[in-house]
Formats: sequence, C-alpha cells, structure tokens
Amino acid sequence: MSDITRETVAHLAELAHIEMTDAELEALASELGVIVESVASVSNAVSDDIPATSHPIPLKNVFREDVVGETLTAEEALSGAPDEADGKFKVPAILEES
Amino acid sequence: MNELIKLSAAELVEKLKSSEISSVEITQAHLDRIEATDGQTLDSADRSAGKDGLNAFLHTSAQQALQVAEEVDRARAAGEELPELAGVPIAIKDLIVTKGQPTTAASRMLEGWMSPYDGTVTQKVRAARMPILGKTNLDEFAMGSSTEHSAFGVTRNPWALDRIPGGSGGGSAVAVSAFQAPLALGTDTGGSIRQPAAVTGSVGVKPTYGSISRYGVIAMASSLDQVGPCTRTVLDAALLHEVVGGYDPKDSTSLNEPVGPYAAQAREGATEGGLKGLRVGIIKELNGDGFQAGVNARFNESIDLLKSAGAEIVEVSLPSVKEALGAYYLIMSSEVSSNLAKYDGVRFGLRKLPEEGPVTIERVMSATRAAGFGDEAKRRIILGTYALSAGYYDAYYGSAQKVRTLIQRDYAAAFEKCDVLVSPTAPTTAYKLGEKTEGDPMAMYLGDIATVPTNLAGVPSISIPAGLADEDGLPVGIQFTAPAHEDARLYRVGAGLEALLNNKWGAPLWAQMPDTESLIRDFDFGGAK
Repeated sequence: MSDITRETVAHLAELAHIEMTDAELEALASELGVIVESVASVSNAVSDDIPATSHPIPLKNVFREDVVGETLTAEEALSGAPDEADGKFKVPAILEES
Repeated sequence: MNELIKLSAAELVEKLKSSEISSVEITQAHLDRIEATDGQTLDSADRSAGKDGLNAFLHTSAQQALQVAEEVDRARAAGEELPELAGVPIAIKDLIVTKGQPTTAASRMLEGWMSPYDGTVTQKVRAARMPILGKTNLDEFAMGSSTEHSAFGVTRNPWALDRIPGGSGGGSAVAVSAFQAPLALGTDTGGSIRQPAAVTGSVGVKPTYGSISRYGVIAMASSLDQVGPCTRTVLDAALLHEVVGGYDPKDSTSLNEPVGPYAAQAREGATEGGLKGLRVGIIKELNGDGFQAGVNARFNESIDLLKSAGAEIVEVSLPSVKEALGAYYLIMSSEVSSNLAKYDGVRFGLRKLPEEGPVTIERVMSATRAAGFGDEAKRRIILGTYALSAGYYDAYYGSAQKVRTLIQRDYAAAFEKCDVLVSPTAPTTAYKLGEKTEGDPMAMYLGDIATVPTNLAGVPSISIPAGLADEDGLPVGIQFTAPAHEDARLYRVGAGLEALLNNKWGAPLWAQMPDTESLIRDFDFGGAK
C-alpha cells in the first residue's frame, strides 16, 4: 500500500493552495493511493545510466530578437482582473494582522 | 436539414471558388444545425439553461461568423485573391484564447473571462478568413477523457446520446462528426484529439510537438500539449494543418521548419498505388489482449486492406510502452500542478473570499482554487504536487522522465524497420456516460494507453475511422504514428486507408450514423444535466 494518508493530502493541499473539506481529504487520500500504486512501477523500470528527457524535441537556447513589439496595454492586462486600483492588480492584505 | 453541411471542407472550397454557394449560406447552414442539435440558443451567454442536445458548444458567435462570411463573399465577388479555406467555418476548442469571445477552459475559474488577445492559431484562422462558429466543450482545462469533467455539462456522442464523446476534446469531435462544423481545432496532451475522433467516427491529428504554435493555448502540460485538426476527412485535416501550422517566435518550443505539403500528400495517398511499398509496423503491445473484440476486428480488417493495397506489414515491439501510462500521469500532473498555479484570483478569473476568518491573500487563493476547480483538476494538481515534492521527486518525476527516454528509443528502433506504426486509437468504443467517473480513478486513465506514448515521444499521430464494432455498433479508430517532423507521411497513409475503407463501405462511415435530430427527439434527457 502507498503511504498517502489524509494528513499527506492535507499538507499537499496547503502547498497547492486549495482549501479542502474533510470529505475531500478522505476521498483523495484513497484515490491518490490507488493512482500512485499503479504508476510507481516507473521507478523500477529505469536505472541510473538512463538520461532524463524533459522535452520531446531537443531545442536549446531559444531566444528572440530583443526588439520592441506590440504588447498588451495596462488597461487590457487589467481587463480580466477581479479587482484593480491605480492601474495595478489589487489584492487583499498580504500579511495577517497580528 | 441543409445537405451542404455534409460536405467536406475541401468540397466546400470547390463550391465557394466556383461561386456555386456563398460563405453566408454555408455558415448559416451550420449555425442552423447547431441550433437544431446542440440544445442551446445561439450567442447566449447563459450557461445554466437546460441543454437538451449534444452540448458540443460552450459559446457560439453567430453574428461574428456571419459577418466574416459576408466579407468573404463580397471579397470573392470583387475578384480579390483569397486564402484556400476562406469562407469555410470552423469551431475552436475553448482552451484556445479568442479576443471578443469568451474563453473558459470549461472551468468555473474562467467563467465570464474575456481574453485580451488572440492565440496564434486564432490569428491564423482569422487571417485565413474562416468564420469562427464558436468555442467547443472539453474536460476542465483539458483534463479528462470523456468531457464529463466540464463545469458546463457533458457533451453527448451523436452515435448514441448516452455515451461519452471522448475527451478532453469531445466538443470539437462532436461538432465535426454531427455536422455542426466542417472543421474544428483541438489540443492533444495524451490523446485529447485522437480518442474523441476514434469514438465519434471522425479524424483527429496530433502533429509533431512544436509543429503548431501554442501561444494563446491555455497550458495543461507544456512538454506534451499540441494543437491539431479535428475533421471528417484526412484531406480536410491536412488543409487545416497547413493553415494553422508553422514557426512562431512567440512559442519557444515552436519548430522553425516549413509547413507541409500535407494536402498534396493526402491527395496522393488516396490514389491507386499510393500505399505501395509503404512499411507499416504493427505495435505488438497495443492490440489484442486488453482491447475490445470489435476494436481488434476492425483493426485487423484495416491491416488486411493495407496489405491488399501493397503495403508491407511488419510487427514491431515498443517494450517500454507498458510504463507509458505511469510516466504520462506523473509528468502530466506535475506540469499541471505548476501550470495551474496561476489561477489564484489575482490577475484574472474567479476570486472567492473565504467564508470565515481573516481575508488575507493566501486564504483568498485557497478559497478561490477550492471553488474554481472541479474534482479532476484538484486530483491532478494534488498528484502533481506529490510527485514533485521533496523525497519523491527522483522516484516519480525523475523516473518518469527516464521512461520517456526509453520510449523515445523504442520509437527510434521501431522506425528503423518501418515507415509508420499502427495500432487501434483506443482500447474500447465509447463507454456510457457516468460509467468511469465513480470508483476506481484509474479506470478512465487506462483508456489512454495507446495515445499517450506519442505525446511522451513528441511524434505525430493520426486517428481515422476504421468502422463499427460488431458488438455495439459504435465507431472504432485506427491510429498511425510517424517519426517526428514526418507529419506528411500520416496524411498520405491516412488518406490511403480512408479511401480503401470508403470504397469498401460504399460511403464514408458517417453515412451509417443515426439521424441526430431524431435521436435527440426520442432521448430522455431526464434533467440529468
């Protein structure tokens, strides 16, 4: 069996910034256990001498010319923002009041 | 129903060029079809309305489409030179951003969001002067194989309304297979174009990684995602690939190489002798055991046809393909967990305040992501977070990337013995809606077994209809795979087999599809949506 418990999922949910109900934590713990168990065989299928592939088609050092192009205006960039002020994204308090 | 909706894009082009029909007529006929079969009011922003229909579209843009059509007709009348597909309408998967039309990724997270810019493929479609009919349904953020994970209701398979249309691009596949659009764009991360094509009896292509720009395509798993055509014929897919393909400096993974010729290859493949001498490799691991009997039967029948047309059939082995699904789900979910971090209620989309306690940015993010993402998205984000976390990274993500190397080596070895590889596209025909959403979370994932290996390797693949399974009368797809950069070869062999099959059936497979409007009239939607 995998080592995924309700507490593991609670920790992962915190890392991923997703609030979860107790029922969700329970369900995910058991589902993740099943999934991880069925994909875990990848670690037995490989050895140290095999290089990792991060990208299917090898490309390196992709740069574009450093020229001024068309970009979104501040107004366009803010057009979908939930909240804005003074031409900037506006967010709630960053720090919790102590 | 206007019969011209049954014409392929290539046929429409001929009739447009000879001024036999206008783009407005074509566009209107497809809009009428959408209205008659999709269960929605055209151009309505209301997503909560009961949708007693196929629900292939999340949004239509009838007015804009007709306007483009009118402009094309005027330009043609004035003798202006027009792009090949000018005036032929298209549907776009709602994962691709479009200015002036909503883009939702079928998620509550982006409900009501309007992109301030067009994706590169959207720009190319506009430059090709193709009327955009609307945006098609998908599994939320393209995560799923059945379109059941859309936040805006399931899409139904026009062959049987209680069956899945495949996923994630069920909407695009249904739009073309049910004659709502002659062409559609999809995206394919692990089969999202090809598996829906297989289960709806249509054509779907996942091009070589980097062949089509992804600028303005909402990212799911960046080392796997690829845009591609969804059509009813191989030639149409080739024509559309030529329109949307090509180098784009805005996508750093874009390949700087010429596009096509694809349509010419499709036309040539369909001629007599077009497949002579072609070496076709049957992938030993991807047929037979574990595949539905009717799928194997249609697959073997196609192989016999290829053989009779002079193709040379060999058997090849991809030994590491048995690890592909595991590697895929680890790599994909890892990249998903990173790519979806941007949906945090700050710059766009949903913002939800916590129901109690202090309103800090971190708590707003967590509440927003809890409310905005559906279950499958959450499951994959958490799996990816796990696979990338300290202590597990090497065993899971690291190993999966090594498996990827092994799979690439397998393909390279196989392509020494043959020109293209072949397998069924999916192990089964369309299963029933709801059948795999409860219980074992691996049940749905197993259906991706034949499609994910090509995404891991970056090689191109096409799925074309191979007939109907005897046991359920539902479409079966056959998939060809070529080496990277050899997409043209797929159009050649795809069109070749398509011609042989159409000749055998006496008509395209869709001629056997039940009448959609009667199906809808007789179907009990039962308020299930």
